[in-house]
Amino acid sequence: MISSQLTGRRLWIAALVVPPIAFMCLFLVYPILSAFAYAFYEWHGLARGDFIWFDNFHRVLFEFPFSERTINAFKHNIFVFFALMVLQNGLGFILAYCLWRELWGARFHRIAVFLPVVLSTVIVGLLWKLFYHPLFGAVNATLRAVGLGSLAQPWLGQDSTALTAIVVANAWHMVGFPTLVFLAGMQRIPSEILDAVRMETESEWVKMSKIVWPLVAPSATVVFTLLFVGAFNWFELPFIMGGVDGSPHGATDVLGLYFYRTAFGSTSASAENFGPGSALAVLIFLFIAVVSSVITIRLRKREIQL
Amino acid sequence: MRKSVESNTFRTFGWDGLIQILLIGNSIVMLAPIVIMVFSAFKTNAQIFQSPFSIPDFTNVKSILRVWNETDFLLYMGNSLIVTGASIALILILGTMAAYAIARYEFRGSGLILLFFLAGLTLPLKLAIIPLFIQMRDFGLIDSRLSLIFIYVATGLPTTVFIMTGFIRSLPNELEDAARMDGANEARIMWSIMLPLVRPAMVIAAIQNVVPIWNDFFFPLIFIQNNNLKTLPQGLTTFMGEFGTDWGVLFSGLTLSALPIIILYIALSRQFINGMTAGAIK
Repeated sequence: MISSQLTGRRLWIAALVVPPIAFMCLFLVYPILSAFAYAFYEWHGLARGDFIWFDNFHRVLFEFPFSERTINAFKHNIFVFFALMVLQNGLGFILAYCLWRELWGARFHRIAVFLPVVLSTVIVGLLWKLFYHPLFGAVNATLRAVGLGSLAQPWLGQDSTALTAIVVANAWHMVGFPTLVFLAGMQRIPSEILDAVRMETESEWVKMSKIVWPLVAPSATVVFTLLFVGAFNWFELPFIMGGVDGSPHGATDVLGLYFYRTAFGSTSASAENFGPGSALAVLIFLFIAVVSSVITIRLRKREIQL
Repeated sequence: MRKSVESNTFRTFGWDGLIQILLIGNSIVMLAPIVIMVFSAFKTNAQIFQSPFSIPDFTNVKSILRVWNETDFLLYMGNSLIVTGASIALILILGTMAAYAIARYEFRGSGLILLFFLAGLTLPLKLAIIPLFIQMRDFGLIDSRLSLIFIYVATGLPTTVFIMTGFIRSLPNELEDAARMDGANEARIMWSIMLPLVRPAMVIAAIQNVVPIWNDFFFPLIFIQNNNLKTLPQGLTTFMGEFGTDWGVLFSGLTLSALPIIILYIALSRQFINGMTAGAIK
């Protein structure tokens, strides 16, 4: 009696957990493990050839023209990461502080700052592409309207500004996310601590740098790590705004675009090249995994448990 | 003494004023692009170029009607609804099943299973797109909505299991025990006693998944070539190419695509904000 009840219970638990685990294995774990294996094979179109050890890795890292493009794209990813760190996370922290004061209208401002976050990257990219249009775009129209017409330029059309222009569109799209994560962190600071600080000092700067910033460290860890992963996975916005080749002249090329082009072909070279593509994917994956673990562990250390 | 209090209030007022100005300025920057987009949907090319910021004549719906009648906008919208709806339903069913088992029963390996799902949180599936492509081709799922649905379920499950497990654990045992005393079987306890209590967590999990799935562009780009199956973000890029010179139509297309989610967000802003930041806030 008892044993049959036990097997019944076991079957019931298995019926609950096996289907979701099967889904995860089939469409997440297995493809990711395969990605590692694929990088060590030669590929002819969609057909797998011989096992060739590290040849694919060698090609994307050290052989012309792959290596040059990899390094060019990688440099752009680094720029994107630091630029967004300032524009998105830095501004997000300042905005979170402003919202935290709960002045009149704070609820409205909170809803406004998060509104672009719910929009599709495609809509954001296409919209800003129209705004950046040299003659008819709203950005140059705004500059002309405030008397800065001399600054009007083809933002997406020249090497010097194209990547920054896309970064700005990204910051507009996503700044609400770090803002609200930081805000939630600030709201969790116990009021006794803040009262105690108010007795000690009147300086907002001391309060922010010595008390609030250390206490929102868990929020910072999450936001920094997510930004890092996002910046090195960056694909959709540059794809929409700069095109698959990272135009102009590769000025907006990033690893995600380069990987996509290598794997699935582009307008200029239309053949699939799964070998080097897989090698690139593995390298990006390892880079993200290693660096984001280091970032997380180092940032965790400065978090204070309350 | 009095003087110091006065200067103090002045200082706070000045500081608060500065903060208020910054917030208002930021909200203008956040909202202006969306307002210009909606305004431009009601303008002709000439009006957009000559007076980009003016309030339009809202009865001029010519561009909007062109998007509605001459493009596959409604088809794309329907496809997005089918894919998103099916994915969310499957995510909630499978996610609740796993979370319920992990949270309500003690069995060997339950910790390991939770860890397995949590590990999925960090895996960027985009980078495994080559094996996924070959796998889907072998399954005959290229140019099929199922390829998208299966991928979205696999990527959505980790956060869902994470949120639901935490919530289901926090539910009290008394009801469950009482039902068990009355001889109800486990399936019945789950279905009629526990699940009604889990609904709030389901809403959070649904919102957290609905935005990235509805907005996704990458996976349709790889798996869907048939125009009849394209989702809204993907269809939007096609249609922007076709109407490249008619800016009124372009802005109308963007406005119509953005409107459903904007309206939903304004109506449910608190749930959206909670849902979308739920994974990042401990």
